[in-house]
Amino acid sequence: MSAVIEIKEVKKIYKMGDVEVPALNGISLQVESGEIVAITGPSGSGKSTLMNIIGCLDTPTSGTYILDGVDVSKLSDDQQAVIRNKKIGFVFQTFNLLPRTRALDQVELPMVYAGAPDRKQRALAALESVGLADRVHHRPNELSGGQQQRVAIARALVNDPSIILADEPTGNLDSKAGREVMSIFQRLNRERGITVILVTHEPAIAAHTRRIIHIRDGFIVDDEPVAKPKDAEAEFSLYNNNSTGDRHESH
Amino acid sequence: MNLIESVRIALRSVSANKLRSGLTMLGIIIGVMAVITMLSIGRGMQTTVTAQINSIGTNLLFVRPGNTQQGGVRQQESAATLTREDANALATLPNVTSVAPEIDGFGQVAYMGNNAVGRILGVTPEYQYAMNANVASGEFVSAANVQARAAVVVLGAGIAQTLFDTADPIGSNVRINGQNFRVIGVMEPKGGTGFMNTDTQIYVPITTAGSRLVGAARFRGGDVVSTVNVRITDTSVQDSVVQDISDVLRERHRTQFQDDFTIQSQQDILNTLTQITDAFTIFLGGIAGISLIVGGIGIMNIMLVSVTERTREIGIRKAIGARRRDILIQFLTEAMILSLFGGLIGLLFGAAIARMISGIQMGNTTLQTVVDLDAVLLAISFSLGVGLFFGIYPANRAATLHPIDALRYE
Repeated sequence: MSAVIEIKEVKKIYKMGDVEVPALNGISLQVESGEIVAITGPSGSGKSTLMNIIGCLDTPTSGTYILDGVDVSKLSDDQQAVIRNKKIGFVFQTFNLLPRTRALDQVELPMVYAGAPDRKQRALAALESVGLADRVHHRPNELSGGQQQRVAIARALVNDPSIILADEPTGNLDSKAGREVMSIFQRLNRERGITVILVTHEPAIAAHTRRIIHIRDGFIVDDEPVAKPKDAEAEFSLYNNNSTGDRHESH
Repeated sequence: MNLIESVRIALRSVSANKLRSGLTMLGIIIGVMAVITMLSIGRGMQTTVTAQINSIGTNLLFVRPGNTQQGGVRQQESAATLTREDANALATLPNVTSVAPEIDGFGQVAYMGNNAVGRILGVTPEYQYAMNANVASGEFVSAANVQARAAVVVLGAGIAQTLFDTADPIGSNVRINGQNFRVIGVMEPKGGTGFMNTDTQIYVPITTAGSRLVGAARFRGGDVVSTVNVRITDTSVQDSVVQDISDVLRERHRTQFQDDFTIQSQQDILNTLTQITDAFTIFLGGIAGISLIVGGIGIMNIMLVSVTERTREIGIRKAIGARRRDILIQFLTEAMILSLFGGLIGLLFGAAIARMISGIQMGNTTLQTVVDLDAVLLAISFSLGVGLFFGIYPANRAATLHPIDALRYE
C-alpha cells in the first residue's frame, strides 16, 4: 500500500489582529491508500483545522502536505479547487446541499466543474450506490436527514476521489440514520478501496474505523489501530431484527 | 463549467426569487423602454425631415440674394440684385437641368366663408421640374400664364383642403389678399412639418406675383427674384456647377470682392438637418440612458444581497471544486440575464409605446416614431453592458470569498 496522505511537521497559526493563535503545532501523519481512519479530539483541539488542510480548503503556515504524490501545501486557490474537485470528496455535518436543487443536480455538480462527460448516468449510478435510486428528483426539503447525507455522499464519490473526508457526518442524524451512513462508508472502503477519513468526537462512531488518531492542543497525542472495528451493517441488521421491521424512513 | 451550464444555474436562481428578480429587472425595463421611445422620436423626426428633402431631390441648388450692409448694419438676403435675367443666364450652363426663379411673400387666401394663410410663390413653369412638384389635378402655371400675367393660382393640397374640403376647387375663384384668382390646379400633398410644409403654399405666375401680390423691385431692367432654384444633373457635379454659377453672376453683377449672392445646396441643408436631429436624438437617448444606469445600480444592489445570502452556497460550490472563475461567471451570468431579460422586455414595451404615440398631433406637427435596428441593438447591448458593469463587483466579491469562511457563514 502507498501513502495517499503524507503530512510532515505541519503548523497552522491564525492571526487575530496582533495575537497569533496556534491551531496545529507540528503534526506529522501518514495515511495509506484504502485506510479508514477517525480523527477525534475535543473542540478546539485543532481537528477541524487539520481537516481543512487535508481537504485543501486551507494551506499550512509551515510544513509539507503531499496528497497522492502531489505537494499541495503551496498551491493557489484555483489549483486547490481542482484538487478538491478531483481527489477529495467532502461530507459535512450539516449536509451542505444546495437549496432548492434536485438530488440528481447536486450529484452532477462536481462533474460540471470538472467538465466530465456522461454526467447523468454517473450521477444516477452514484445515487443508486447509496440507495437513493428512487429519490433522484427530490429536493433537500423533501428528503430526511439520512437521505440528505446520502445525497452528499453520492456527490462526494461521483468524481472517483482518492479520499472521502467526512466532518462529523453523523452529528445531525439519529442513531439509525447514522449507522446507515457509517455502513455506506465501510462498504465504499471495503468494496472500492476508497480512503475514508472521519472527523468525529463520538467514540461510538470512531469505533467503526480501523485506526483512531487523537488530537489535543494541536498535537497528535494518540494514534492507535482498532483491533476489532464494529460493522455498521451487522448492527443495522441486528437493529432491524429487534425492531418492528420498519426499515424505511418516512417519505 | 461551460456557458450553457452557467446560464442554467443562473436561470434557476433568477426564477427561484421571482418577485425580487422582477423588481430588479423593472429598473432595466423602464430604462430601456425610455431609451427606445426617445430614440424612436428622434429617429422619426430625422426620417420625416430627410424623406421630405429626398422627395425633392438632393441635386438641387438654391441661389439667393446676398447680405448687404446698410449704415453699418448687415441685412440678411437683402441685396436686390438677383433677377429673372440672371436665372435665364444660368439655364444655359452645362449640367444644369432646369432653373426656376421664384419670388415669395405671405398672403391670405379666401373662398366663400373659409380662409387660409399661406406662402405665396411666384413661379415659372420650370418650378415643377426643378422642385419635383406635381399637380394632383388641373394644371400647373404655364408659360402663357406667365406671359399674360394671368390671375390664376395653383393651390397646395393643405390650402385646397382648408378652403374646399372635399369639393373640386378647379375653376373656382378665390381671393388672394383681396384680389380674384381662378384656381387652375391643386398640388399633390407632400406632408412635412413646420417651415418644411409645402402643402400650405400657393403658386401664381411670377409676373402676376410681382405686379399684383408681392411687389417686386427692378434691377438693371430685370425683375428681382427672391430665389433661383437650380436643378443639376447629379450631386457629383455640384462643385463645378456652383463655381460656374458664381462666375456667371459675378460677371453679370460686375462684383469683384464681395459676392452679392449665396448658393446653398439641398445636400448642405440635408447635412445640417441630419446633424441637428442626430444631436437631438443623442440628447433624448442620453437622458433616457440615465434611468438605465439607475436600473444597473438596482442590479448591483440585488446581486450584492444575493451574494451575501448565498455565501454558504458559494462555500459549498468551492468545496466541491468550483474555481474563482466558475463563481465569477455564475454571478456575472445571473446579472446579465437579469439585465438582458429586462432589456428585451423594455424593448417590447418601448416599441409598443413608440407605436402608440406615433401619429399624435403636437401643435401643428405630427409626431412620427421609428424604431430602427440601430436603436434596438444599442439598447440591448447597453443593457448587457450595464449588467456586466454592475455585475462585476458583486460577482468578484463572491469569487474571492474564502471557502472556509463561506462554509461557516450563518
